[in-house]
Amino acid sequence: MRPVNIMKVNFLSRSANESFARVAVAAFIAQLDPTVDELADIKTSVSEAVTNCIVHAYKDGIGEIYITVKIYENDKVSVTVKDKGCGIENIERAMEPMYTSTQGGERAGLGFTVMQSFTDRLRVKSRLGFGTTVIMDKKLGKKSVARGT
Amino acid sequence: MEINNSQITVMSVRIDNSEGVVTAYLQGELDHHAAKGIREEIDESLERLRPSTLILDFKNVTFMDSSGIGLVMGRYRTMQLLNGKLVVKNASLHIKKVMRLAGLDRLAEFE
Repeated sequence: MRPVNIMKVNFLSRSANESFARVAVAAFIAQLDPTVDELADIKTSVSEAVTNCIVHAYKDGIGEIYITVKIYENDKVSVTVKDKGCGIENIERAMEPMYTSTQGGERAGLGFTVMQSFTDRLRVKSRLGFGTTVIMDKKLGKKSVARGT
Repeated sequence: MEINNSQITVMSVRIDNSEGVVTAYLQGELDHHAAKGIREEIDESLERLRPSTLILDFKNVTFMDSSGIGLVMGRYRTMQLLNGKLVVKNASLHIKKVMRLAGLDRLAEFE
């Protein structure tokens, strides 16, 4: 299915950009008139994905983070967060609730759990040394039917 | 050209101390970027005041991701070491939803 609208943005993996990233995605999907809950779910999921890029993928330096948001018919949104960082050795383990590879710093190890819980579908692709791509799909408007064009 | 900064919310914390109860009034968006500074400020107060109760007031927190979970869990551990308790106050529905993912509702009292 072809998207009806696309937004792309990329920025450096500086933690100050975490809020920029989630606000940029939220501003783009505002055209679908999402509920406050839907917006909060997406902002939180984007924040987790971007934080993973900063804390894990580019842990030894600064790299670029690429976000693509696609809007499909029926108010389905797909958010892709991609990095060219270190990659994940064991995706299954990384996705386990409470697992974190970070020593100290109080990371709860719940980033993927949040993304999984707050979206309809989460896909993670990774190659060691080449980077990671996280794709999150969410259908908006499950509760309300009336929407404009 | 003037740049409007009103959209940018910088996280801050105000700390009150009254008879063994420390209240941290959090304000702004609690993410990984903001968590470190907030954590240090609260920990400095806990170390100095050694309260029996720590209240984390989320009334003016407009966003929180799993970095907030780390913040609450870490303070829960500190309060356990002090034989005290942790209270989470005025968390929005969305913040509670994030906290429940980590089972924080079983560790801290919610008001």
